[in-house]
Amino acid sequence: MGLVINNLSKSYRGPQISQPMDVLYSLDLDIESGTFVSLIGPSGCGKSTICNLIAGIEVPDSGEILLDGKVINGMPGQVSYMPQKDLLLPWRTLLNNVILGCEISGQDKRQAREEAQKWLDQFGLAAFSGYYPHQLSGGMRQRGALLRTILFGRKTLLLDEPFGALDALTRKEMQRWLLKIWNQTHHTVLFITHDIDEAILLSDKVVVLSQRPARILQEFSIPFAHPRDPDLLLSREALALKKQLLQLLLH
Amino acid sequence: MKRNWTKKIPSLLFLFLILGIWQIATTAAQVPLWLFPSPAQIGAAFWETRQLIWMHTLTTLLETSAGFMLAVLLALITAGLMVLSSWFKRLLYPYLIISQTVPLIAIAPLLILWLGYGLLPKILIVVLVCFFPITVSLIEGLELTDTDLLNLLKSMGASRWQIFYIVRWPHALPSLFAGLKIAATYSVMGAVIGEWLGSSSGLGVYLTRSSHSFLTDRVFAVIFTISALSFLYFALITGLAKLAIPWTQIKNQDNG
Repeated sequence: MGLVINNLSKSYRGPQISQPMDVLYSLDLDIESGTFVSLIGPSGCGKSTICNLIAGIEVPDSGEILLDGKVINGMPGQVSYMPQKDLLLPWRTLLNNVILGCEISGQDKRQAREEAQKWLDQFGLAAFSGYYPHQLSGGMRQRGALLRTILFGRKTLLLDEPFGALDALTRKEMQRWLLKIWNQTHHTVLFITHDIDEAILLSDKVVVLSQRPARILQEFSIPFAHPRDPDLLLSREALALKKQLLQLLLH
Repeated sequence: MKRNWTKKIPSLLFLFLILGIWQIATTAAQVPLWLFPSPAQIGAAFWETRQLIWMHTLTTLLETSAGFMLAVLLALITAGLMVLSSWFKRLLYPYLIISQTVPLIAIAPLLILWLGYGLLPKILIVVLVCFFPITVSLIEGLELTDTDLLNLLKSMGASRWQIFYIVRWPHALPSLFAGLKIAATYSVMGAVIGEWLGSSSGLGVYLTRSSHSFLTDRVFAVIFTISALSFLYFALITGLAKLAIPWTQIKNQDNG
């Protein structure tokens, strides 16, 4: 159960490229239900392609993506997807932005707004529900984007470098806050990141990818119990993990 | 509101300065009325012929409004088709450009020749003038290039139609209103040119009649009426834009 990827391959053929370019070649990945798994790897290793395939925006050349045992190749709307940019619509207020997914899947708007109102409070955004995105800070916008992702209502979250564009302090704050939310909801999460500390702090498992075509170099179990404290990053165990990960990535 | 008014004071002062110089110069040099009337004489002519001007204004107003609305309708249909189907765009876009290269001054007499001296040829001229800026600005606004945003919507399983009305349409509104403002000011000009070439009523007719009779003060009175009418249209569109795209207004306030 959970999200399982079997033997996934994808290559691109462009007008300038005579040979098809392999982005993924026979990738396997197993994410158990209710666990938090991070994917970490060099830039350009095909992480975005993995996201697009799981989100159903693109179709793999071969292989299977299984969600709770069901093949979801090329099927959008199965997981809640959050890209790096917040992509809040400038003409919608925060409240109307976070219910976007509900609206697209045809839910009653009024009901969705009521539901969203409860969550906004928890996300520390209740006072800003009537604001337009450009009136909000970067951290608030990113929280709004995450709330939009959660309200889409799928059990599995696909987070593609969600804090990548934030400054270091805001990013730390957002990590703590995501931990808090996750401890309540226990979504199945596939989290893509460049940040080793972030991966160790948040995940149950960290998967390191190779250069293109992406394959799995190594998987690390992160042994710390939940709920976690960000100070754990200073523990000897965490530092040892960090060292191992750095060595693997910088080779 | 208060700040808005104080911002306009310099340009108003400038206007009074120009009018003052104009008045003093024409009076001092004793320029004849038929050659170059003074502001006071123009004001007097406007007041004396106000009923006549009002009657002609109504005709022009009718032509511009009908033509403008027809152009908006056509632009909505054309731009919608072109954005939803690339086949339509390839088919129509070249002709859209070509339609702008044909000189209006050559088309207008033909339209009057074919359709007579009534309202219809003038309405068509207004449509011709307004259609292009509205359609082009609408197409530009509807063509959304942010693939990340499109991918997000696709990942939520949005249909083509949902993407159109949730993202493309609101994204196009600021650009559409920019086009509407340009078209609104052109529209009065289009109607006047049409009337000029042959009509029984309208500001263009009144303009030619006055100028042929060397009633230069009346010519100026009509010029001001035409400007005022164009300005009124512009203000109307700006007001509508404030209602239709509130998010850009708030942005401006923040920056100012």
